Amino acid sequence: MRRAFVPIAMLAGIASLLLAGNHGRMVRAAADPPAKVSISIDNFSFTPNSITVAAGTTVVWTNQDDVPHNVTNPSKEFKSPTLDTGERWEFTFKKTGTFDYYCTIHPQMTGKVIVQ
Amino acid sequence: MADEAKDLIRRDPNHDGVDRRGFLTCMAWAGTGLMCVMQGGVLESFAMGLDPAREKRARSGELAFVQISDSHMGFNKAANPDVAATLQTTIDRINALPVTPEFVLHTGDITHLSKTQEFDTVQQMLKGLRTSTVHFVPGEHDVLSDNGAEYRDRFGQGASGHGWYSFDQKGVHFVGLVNVVDLKAGGLGQLGREQLEWLENDVRGLKSSTPIVVFAHIPLWSVYPEWGWGTEDAEQALGYLKRFGSVSVLNGHIHQTMQKVEGNVTFHTAMSTAFPQPAPGSAPSPGPMVVPAGKLRSVLGITDVQLAKGSHSLAVVDHSLESDAKS
Repeated sequence: MRRAFVPIAMLAGIASLLLAGNHGRMVRAAADPPAKVSISIDNFSFTPNSITVAAGTTVVWTNQDDVPHNVTNPSKEFKSPTLDTGERWEFTFKKTGTFDYYCTIHPQMTGKVIVQ
Repeated sequence: MADEAKDLIRRDPNHDGVDRRGFLTCMAWAGTGLMCVMQGGVLESFAMGLDPAREKRARSGELAFVQISDSHMGFNKAANPDVAATLQTTIDRINALPVTPEFVLHTGDITHLSKTQEFDTVQQMLKGLRTSTVHFVPGEHDVLSDNGAEYRDRFGQGASGHGWYSFDQKGVHFVGLVNVVDLKAGGLGQLGREQLEWLENDVRGLKSSTPIVVFAHIPLWSVYPEWGWGTEDAEQALGYLKRFGSVSVLNGHIHQTMQKVEGNVTFHTAMSTAFPQPAPGSAPSPGPMVVPAGKLRSVLGITDVQLAKGSHSLAVVDHSLESDAKS
Protein backbone atom coordinates (compact mmCIF):
# COMPACT_ATOMS: atom_id res chain seq x y z
CA MET A 1 0.00 0.00 0.00
CA ARG A 2 2.78 2.41 0.95
CA ARG A 3 4.58 1.85 -2.33
CA ALA A 4 1.73 3.35 -4.34
CA PHE A 5 1.96 6.60 -2.42
CA VAL A 6 5.69 7.02 -2.64
CA PRO A 7 5.92 8.83 -5.96
CA ILE A 8 3.30 11.39 -4.95
CA ALA A 9 5.00 11.90 -1.58
CA MET A 10 8.31 12.38 -3.37
CA LEU A 11 6.79 15.03 -5.59
CA ALA A 12 5.38 16.81 -2.55
CA GLY A 13 8.73 16.40 -0.85
CA ILE A 14 10.57 17.99 -3.73
CA ALA A 15 8.04 20.79 -3.87
CA SER A 16 8.43 21.59 -0.20
CA LEU A 17 12.22 21.37 -0.58
CA LEU A 18 12.13 24.00 -3.30
CA LEU A 19 9.71 26.19 -1.40
CA ALA A 20 11.48 25.93 1.93
CA GLY A 21 14.92 26.40 0.44
CA ASN A 22 16.40 23.72 2.66
CA HIS A 23 19.13 22.75 0.25
CA GLY A 24 20.78 19.46 0.96
CA ARG A 25 18.50 18.54 3.85
CA MET A 26 16.21 15.57 4.03
CA VAL A 27 12.64 16.69 4.34
CA ARG A 28 9.68 14.72 5.56
CA ALA A 29 7.07 13.72 3.04
CA ALA A 30 4.18 16.19 3.07
CA ALA A 31 1.85 13.33 4.10
CA ASP A 32 3.44 13.30 7.60
CA PRO A 33 2.34 16.34 9.62
CA PRO A 34 4.90 17.89 12.01
CA ALA A 35 4.83 16.23 15.43
CA LYS A 36 3.34 17.98 18.43
CA VAL A 37 5.20 17.82 21.71
CA SER A 38 3.20 17.56 24.91
CA ILE A 39 4.01 19.07 28.25
CA SER A 40 1.94 18.15 31.26
CA ILE A 41 1.19 20.65 34.00
CA ASP A 42 0.63 18.84 37.28
CA ASN A 43 1.63 19.14 40.91
CA PHE A 44 2.81 22.71 40.37
CA SER A 45 5.38 21.69 37.77
CA PHE A 46 5.88 21.44 34.02
CA THR A 47 6.83 17.94 32.85
CA PRO A 48 9.12 17.58 30.99
CA ASN A 49 10.71 20.64 32.47
CA SER A 50 13.10 21.29 29.61
CA ILE A 51 12.62 20.19 26.00
CA THR A 52 14.54 20.57 22.77
CA VAL A 53 12.56 20.78 19.55
CA ALA A 54 13.02 21.62 15.90
CA ALA A 55 11.84 24.99 14.61
CA GLY A 56 8.24 24.74 13.49
CA THR A 57 7.26 22.33 16.25
CA THR A 58 4.04 22.95 18.10
CA VAL A 59 4.18 22.46 21.87
CA VAL A 60 0.95 21.66 23.72
CA TRP A 61 0.59 22.33 27.43
CA THR A 62 -2.24 20.54 29.24
CA ASN A 63 -3.20 21.48 32.80
CA GLN A 64 -3.89 18.34 34.79
CA ASP A 65 -3.49 20.04 38.15
CA ASP A 66 -6.47 20.99 40.28
CA VAL A 67 -5.59 24.68 40.31
CA PRO A 68 -5.26 27.07 37.33
CA HIS A 69 -1.88 27.82 35.76
CA ASN A 70 -0.51 29.73 32.81
CA VAL A 71 2.49 29.61 30.47
CA THR A 72 4.26 32.94 30.22
CA ASN A 73 7.52 33.92 28.54
CA PRO A 74 9.22 36.82 30.40
CA SER A 75 10.32 38.35 27.08
CA LYS A 76 6.69 38.43 25.92
CA GLU A 77 7.23 36.00 23.01
CA PHE A 78 4.23 33.96 24.16
CA LYS A 79 1.65 33.97 26.93
CA SER A 80 -1.23 31.59 27.44
CA PRO A 81 -4.57 32.53 28.93
CA THR A 82 -5.39 31.16 32.39
CA LEU A 83 -5.72 27.38 32.03
CA ASP A 84 -8.14 25.70 34.40
CA THR A 85 -8.04 21.94 35.03
CA GLY A 86 -8.28 20.02 31.75
CA GLU A 87 -7.65 23.05 29.55
CA ARG A 88 -4.82 23.09 27.05
CA TRP A 89 -2.91 25.66 25.04
CA GLU A 90 -0.44 25.36 22.22
CA PHE A 91 2.26 27.47 20.64
CA THR A 92 4.29 26.88 17.49
CA PHE A 93 7.95 27.75 17.89
CA LYS A 94 9.09 29.22 14.59
CA LYS A 95 12.25 30.96 15.81
CA THR A 96 15.32 29.19 17.13
CA GLY A 97 16.66 30.00 20.54
CA THR A 98 16.07 29.22 24.22
CA PHE A 99 12.68 30.26 25.56
CA ASP A 100 12.17 30.32 29.32
CA TYR A 101 8.66 30.37 30.63
CA TYR A 102 6.89 30.30 33.99
CA CYS A 103 3.47 30.42 35.60
CA THR A 104 2.77 33.99 36.72
CA ILE A 105 0.31 32.73 39.34
CA HIS A 106 2.85 30.36 40.91
CA PRO A 107 6.16 31.85 39.80
CA GLN A 108 8.29 29.10 41.31
CA MET A 109 7.02 26.92 38.39
CA THR A 110 9.48 27.31 35.53
CA GLY A 111 10.28 25.52 32.29
CA LYS A 112 12.30 25.87 29.13
CA VAL A 113 11.91 25.21 25.41
CA ILE A 114 15.09 25.03 23.34
CA VAL A 115 14.42 25.42 19.64
CA GLN A 116 17.06 24.28 17.17
CA MET B 1 -6.51 21.31 78.32
CA ALA B 2 -3.37 22.12 80.26
CA ASP B 3 -1.51 19.48 78.28
CA GLU B 4 -2.53 21.09 75.02
CA ALA B 5 -1.21 24.45 76.17
CA LYS B 6 2.07 22.83 77.23
CA ASP B 7 2.49 21.21 73.85
CA LEU B 8 2.33 24.55 72.10
CA ILE B 9 4.87 26.32 74.24
CA ARG B 10 8.04 24.96 72.76
CA ARG B 11 10.66 27.00 74.57
CA ASP B 12 9.90 28.24 78.04
CA PRO B 13 13.31 29.02 79.57
CA ASN B 14 11.87 31.46 82.09
CA HIS B 15 9.08 29.10 83.15
CA ASP B 16 6.52 31.82 82.77
CA GLY B 17 4.52 30.33 79.91
CA VAL B 18 5.94 32.75 77.37
CA ASP B 19 7.43 31.43 74.15
CA ARG B 20 9.46 34.38 72.97
CA ARG B 21 11.50 32.87 70.21
CA GLY B 22 10.97 30.64 67.25
CA PHE B 23 7.85 29.24 65.68
CA LEU B 24 4.63 28.86 67.51
CA THR B 25 2.42 26.78 65.29
CA CYS B 26 -1.23 27.38 65.93
CA MET B 27 -3.11 24.58 64.22
CA ALA B 28 -6.85 24.59 64.63
CA TRP B 29 -8.39 21.58 66.27
CA ALA B 30 -12.05 20.91 66.73
CA GLY B 31 -13.79 22.33 69.73
CA THR B 32 -11.03 24.56 71.12
CA GLY B 33 -9.36 27.81 70.24
CA LEU B 34 -5.91 29.15 70.86
CA MET B 35 -5.58 32.63 72.20
CA CYS B 36 -2.38 34.45 71.42
CA VAL B 37 -1.96 37.76 73.15
CA MET B 38 0.82 40.14 72.37
CA GLN B 39 1.72 42.46 75.21
CA GLY B 40 4.17 45.16 74.17
CA GLY B 41 5.88 42.90 71.63
CA VAL B 42 6.01 39.75 73.73
CA LEU B 43 3.73 36.93 72.78
CA GLU B 44 1.77 35.01 75.34
CA SER B 45 -0.35 32.09 74.39
CA PHE B 46 -2.80 29.98 76.27
CA ALA B 47 -5.56 27.58 75.36
CA MET B 48 -9.01 28.98 75.84
CA GLY B 49 -10.82 27.74 78.90
CA LEU B 50 -7.70 27.54 81.10
CA ASP B 51 -7.82 30.96 82.74
CA PRO B 52 -11.24 32.53 82.31
CA ALA B 53 -10.36 35.79 84.06
CA ARG B 54 -7.30 36.37 81.89
CA GLU B 55 -9.28 35.39 78.84
CA LYS B 56 -12.03 37.82 79.75
CA ARG B 57 -9.55 40.66 80.14
CA ALA B 58 -8.06 39.86 76.75
CA ARG B 59 -11.48 39.55 75.14
CA SER B 60 -13.06 42.73 76.46
CA GLY B 61 -11.04 44.78 74.05
CA GLU B 62 -11.84 48.10 72.51
CA LEU B 63 -11.38 46.93 68.96
CA ALA B 64 -12.48 43.59 67.58
CA PHE B 65 -12.23 42.43 63.98
CA VAL B 66 -12.10 39.18 62.06
CA GLN B 67 -9.78 37.97 59.32
CA ILE B 68 -10.98 35.49 56.71
CA SER B 69 -9.02 34.33 53.69
CA ASP B 70 -8.86 32.22 50.54
CA SER B 71 -12.55 31.74 49.79
CA HIS B 72 -11.64 30.65 46.21
CA MET B 73 -15.18 31.11 44.87
CA GLY B 74 -15.37 29.00 41.71
CA PHE B 75 -13.24 26.10 42.98
CA ASN B 76 -15.12 22.81 42.81
CA LYS B 77 -12.65 19.92 42.93
CA ALA B 78 -12.32 17.04 45.39
CA ALA B 79 -10.81 19.05 48.24
CA ASN B 80 -14.15 20.93 48.51
CA PRO B 81 -16.87 20.66 45.86
CA ASP B 82 -18.95 23.40 47.52
CA VAL B 83 -16.89 26.40 48.64
CA ALA B 84 -20.02 28.56 48.82
CA ALA B 85 -21.41 26.32 51.56
CA THR B 86 -18.26 26.61 53.68
CA LEU B 87 -18.19 30.37 53.08
CA GLN B 88 -21.77 30.54 54.35
CA THR B 89 -20.76 28.55 57.44
CA THR B 90 -17.94 31.07 57.91
CA ILE B 91 -20.38 33.99 57.74
CA ASP B 92 -22.67 32.27 60.24
CA ARG B 93 -19.68 31.62 62.50
CA ILE B 94 -18.71 35.30 62.44
CA ASN B 95 -22.28 36.37 63.15
CA ALA B 96 -22.31 34.04 66.17
CA LEU B 97 -19.20 35.53 67.81
CA PRO B 98 -19.79 36.83 71.35
CA VAL B 99 -18.23 40.18 70.44
CA THR B 100 -19.45 41.57 67.10
CA PRO B 101 -16.44 42.53 65.00
CA GLU B 102 -16.23 46.09 63.73
CA PHE B 103 -15.12 44.91 60.31
CA VAL B 104 -13.81 41.90 58.44
CA LEU B 105 -10.45 41.69 56.67
CA HIS B 106 -10.30 39.36 53.65
CA THR B 107 -6.67 38.57 52.87
CA GLY B 108 -7.23 37.51 49.27
CA ASP B 109 -7.96 34.70 46.82
CA ILE B 110 -11.53 35.89 47.06
CA THR B 111 -12.20 34.11 43.74
CA HIS B 112 -10.58 31.13 42.09
CA LEU B 113 -10.40 32.36 38.49
CA SER B 114 -11.03 36.14 38.75
CA LYS B 115 -14.40 35.64 37.03
CA THR B 116 -17.10 38.29 37.30
CA GLN B 117 -19.72 35.90 38.67
CA GLU B 118 -17.25 34.65 41.29
CA PHE B 119 -16.67 38.19 42.58
CA ASP B 120 -20.44 38.80 42.45
CA THR B 121 -21.21 35.68 44.49
CA VAL B 122 -18.77 36.53 47.26
CA GLN B 123 -19.89 40.15 47.52
CA GLN B 124 -23.51 39.07 47.59
CA MET B 125 -22.88 36.45 50.29
CA LEU B 126 -20.86 38.81 52.49
CA LYS B 127 -23.90 41.08 52.68
CA GLY B 128 -25.20 38.47 55.12
CA LEU B 129 -22.60 39.58 57.67
CA ARG B 130 -23.89 41.63 60.57
CA THR B 131 -20.74 43.64 60.14
CA SER B 132 -21.23 45.75 57.04
CA THR B 133 -17.60 46.69 56.47
CA VAL B 134 -15.19 44.33 54.71
CA HIS B 135 -11.66 45.36 53.70
CA PHE B 136 -9.92 43.33 50.99
CA VAL B 137 -6.48 42.72 49.57
CA PRO B 138 -6.13 40.58 46.41
CA GLY B 139 -4.62 37.14 46.09
CA GLU B 140 -2.93 35.87 42.92
CA HIS B 141 -6.22 34.20 41.93
CA ASP B 142 -7.96 37.60 41.93
CA VAL B 143 -5.69 39.28 39.38
CA LEU B 144 -5.68 36.71 36.57
CA SER B 145 -7.44 38.97 34.09
CA ASP B 146 -5.73 42.23 33.02
CA ASN B 147 -3.49 42.49 36.07
CA GLY B 148 -6.36 42.95 38.51
CA ALA B 149 -8.47 45.64 36.82
CA GLU B 150 -11.74 44.02 37.86
CA TYR B 151 -10.50 43.55 41.44
CA ARG B 152 -9.59 47.24 41.63
CA ASP B 153 -12.92 48.31 40.12
CA ARG B 154 -14.75 46.52 42.90
CA PHE B 155 -12.48 46.96 45.92
CA GLY B 156 -9.91 49.56 44.99
CA GLN B 157 -11.73 52.81 45.77
CA GLY B 158 -9.33 55.12 47.51
CA ALA B 159 -6.43 52.72 47.02
CA SER B 160 -3.19 53.41 45.17
CA GLY B 161 -1.25 51.45 42.56
CA HIS B 162 -2.33 47.82 42.44
CA GLY B 163 -4.67 48.34 45.37
CA TRP B 164 -2.68 49.21 48.52
CA TYR B 165 -4.11 51.51 51.17
CA SER B 166 -4.24 52.28 54.87
CA PHE B 167 -6.82 53.37 57.42
CA ASP B 168 -7.06 54.05 61.13
CA GLN B 169 -9.51 52.63 63.60
CA LYS B 170 -9.50 53.30 67.35
CA GLY B 171 -5.87 54.31 67.34
CA VAL B 172 -4.69 51.27 65.38
CA HIS B 173 -3.13 51.87 61.96
CA PHE B 174 -4.10 49.27 59.34
CA VAL B 175 -2.13 48.80 56.11
CA GLY B 176 -3.34 46.66 53.21
CA LEU B 177 -0.51 45.60 50.87
CA VAL B 178 -0.56 43.89 47.46
CA ASN B 179 2.19 41.34 46.85
CA VAL B 180 0.66 39.23 44.07
CA VAL B 181 1.16 41.37 40.95
CA ASP B 182 4.11 41.42 38.48
CA LEU B 183 5.67 38.33 40.00
CA LYS B 184 8.99 37.30 38.48
CA ALA B 185 9.89 33.81 37.28
CA GLY B 186 11.20 31.53 39.98
CA GLY B 187 10.32 34.14 42.56
CA LEU B 188 8.12 34.73 45.54
CA GLY B 189 5.56 37.40 46.29
CA GLN B 190 6.67 40.96 45.62
CA LEU B 191 5.74 44.41 46.89
CA GLY B 192 7.69 46.51 44.39
CA ARG B 193 9.44 49.85 44.64
CA GLU B 194 6.38 52.08 44.22
CA GLN B 195 4.49 50.35 47.02
CA LEU B 196 7.52 50.36 49.34
CA GLU B 197 7.97 54.09 48.84
CA TRP B 198 4.29 54.61 49.54
CA LEU B 199 4.57 52.54 52.74
CA GLU B 200 7.59 54.46 53.97
CA ASN B 201 5.67 57.72 53.60
CA ASP B 202 2.47 56.30 54.98
CA VAL B 203 3.94 55.42 58.41
CA ARG B 204 6.46 58.23 58.61
CA GLY B 205 4.35 60.58 60.73
CA LEU B 206 3.03 57.99 63.18
CA LYS B 207 4.12 57.75 66.81
CA SER B 208 6.10 54.61 67.56
CA SER B 209 3.50 53.66 70.14
CA THR B 210 0.79 53.30 67.46
CA PRO B 211 -0.18 49.63 67.05
CA ILE B 212 0.23 48.63 63.41
CA VAL B 213 -1.62 45.85 61.61
CA VAL B 214 -0.36 44.95 58.14
CA PHE B 215 -2.38 42.60 55.97
CA ALA B 216 -1.38 41.05 52.63
CA HIS B 217 -2.09 37.81 50.81
CA ILE B 218 1.26 36.04 50.54
CA PRO B 219 3.16 35.70 53.85
CA LEU B 220 5.59 38.52 54.54
CA TRP B 221 8.03 36.10 56.10
CA SER B 222 9.79 33.14 54.59
CA VAL B 223 7.48 30.25 55.43
CA TYR B 224 8.62 27.92 52.62
CA PRO B 225 10.27 29.52 49.59
CA GLU B 226 10.27 26.27 47.57
CA TRP B 227 6.51 26.62 47.35
CA GLY B 228 6.51 30.38 46.81
CA TRP B 229 5.48 30.98 50.43
CA GLY B 230 7.32 34.23 51.07
CA THR B 231 7.81 37.78 49.75
CA GLU B 232 11.04 38.91 48.04
CA ASP B 233 11.19 42.46 49.37
CA ALA B 234 9.31 42.12 52.65
CA GLU B 235 12.49 42.87 54.62
CA GLN B 236 12.45 46.42 53.32
CA ALA B 237 8.84 46.91 54.33
CA LEU B 238 9.49 45.51 57.79
CA GLY B 239 12.45 47.86 58.08
CA TYR B 240 10.07 50.84 57.95
CA LEU B 241 8.06 49.28 60.78
CA LYS B 242 11.00 48.38 63.02
CA ARG B 243 10.56 51.35 65.34
CA PHE B 244 6.94 50.55 66.25
CA GLY B 245 6.17 48.90 69.56
CA SER B 246 3.52 46.55 68.23
CA VAL B 247 3.30 45.25 64.66
CA SER B 248 0.97 42.45 63.65
CA VAL B 249 1.18 40.95 60.18
CA LEU B 250 -1.86 39.03 58.97
CA ASN B 251 -1.53 36.90 55.84
CA GLY B 252 -3.31 34.12 53.96
CA HIS B 253 -2.26 32.10 50.90
CA ILE B 254 -1.02 28.97 52.69
CA HIS B 255 -4.45 27.75 53.88
CA GLN B 256 -3.28 26.85 57.39
CA THR B 257 -2.49 28.77 60.54
CA MET B 258 1.09 29.54 61.33
CA GLN B 259 2.63 32.09 63.62
CA LYS B 260 6.04 33.61 64.24
CA VAL B 261 7.35 36.27 66.55
CA GLU B 262 10.37 38.38 65.70
CA GLY B 263 11.05 41.21 68.11
CA ASN B 264 8.00 43.46 68.12
CA VAL B 265 6.46 41.82 65.06
CA THR B 266 3.97 38.98 65.23
CA PHE B 267 3.22 37.18 61.97
CA HIS B 268 0.05 35.16 61.64
CA THR B 269 -1.50 33.29 58.71
CA ALA B 270 -5.16 32.32 58.50
CA MET B 271 -6.97 29.17 57.49
CA SER B 272 -8.88 29.17 54.23
CA THR B 273 -12.67 29.09 54.14
CA ALA B 274 -12.48 26.79 51.08
CA PHE B 275 -9.86 24.02 51.35
CA PRO B 276 -6.71 23.17 53.32
CA GLN B 277 -3.19 22.84 51.96
CA PRO B 278 -0.40 20.56 53.18
CA ALA B 279 2.17 21.55 55.77
CA PRO B 280 5.44 22.81 54.23
CA GLY B 281 7.36 20.03 52.50
CA SER B 282 4.91 17.33 53.56
CA ALA B 283 3.54 16.79 50.04
CA PRO B 284 4.92 17.02 46.49
CA SER B 285 3.21 20.37 45.92
CA PRO B 286 1.18 23.02 47.78
CA GLY B 287 -2.12 22.26 46.03
CA PRO B 288 -5.56 21.64 47.53
CA MET B 289 -5.43 18.83 50.09
CA VAL B 290 -8.21 16.30 50.34
CA VAL B 291 -9.05 15.37 53.94
CA PRO B 292 -11.31 12.53 55.17
CA ALA B 293 -15.02 13.20 54.88
CA GLY B 294 -16.29 14.93 57.99
CA LYS B 295 -12.92 16.51 58.76
CA LEU B 296 -13.11 19.37 56.24
CA ARG B 297 -14.77 21.91 58.52
CA SER B 298 -12.19 21.36 61.24
CA VAL B 299 -9.38 22.60 58.96
CA LEU B 300 -11.21 25.67 57.66
CA GLY B 301 -11.85 28.72 59.77
CA ILE B 302 -11.62 32.37 60.79
CA THR B 303 -9.25 34.49 62.85
CA ASP B 304 -10.76 36.64 65.57
CA VAL B 305 -8.60 39.61 66.63
CA GLN B 306 -9.15 41.97 69.53
CA LEU B 307 -7.21 44.91 70.87
CA ALA B 308 -7.07 44.57 74.63
CA LYS B 309 -8.17 47.61 76.55
CA GLY B 310 -5.47 49.79 78.05
CA SER B 311 -2.55 48.18 76.26
CA HIS B 312 -1.26 47.72 72.77
CA SER B 313 -1.77 44.03 72.67
CA LEU B 314 -3.79 42.19 70.06
CA ALA B 315 -5.48 38.94 71.04
CA VAL B 316 -5.54 36.58 68.06
CA VAL B 317 -7.83 33.55 68.21
CA ASP B 318 -8.25 30.98 65.44
CA HIS B 319 -11.66 29.32 65.29
CA SER B 320 -12.26 26.37 63.00
CA LEU B 321 -15.67 26.10 61.36
CA GLU B 322 -16.28 23.09 63.57
CA SER B 323 -15.69 24.75 66.95
CA ASP B 324 -18.58 25.35 69.26
CA ALA B 325 -20.18 28.66 68.34
CA LYS B 326 -20.70 29.42 72.02
CA SER B 327 -16.93 29.60 72.80
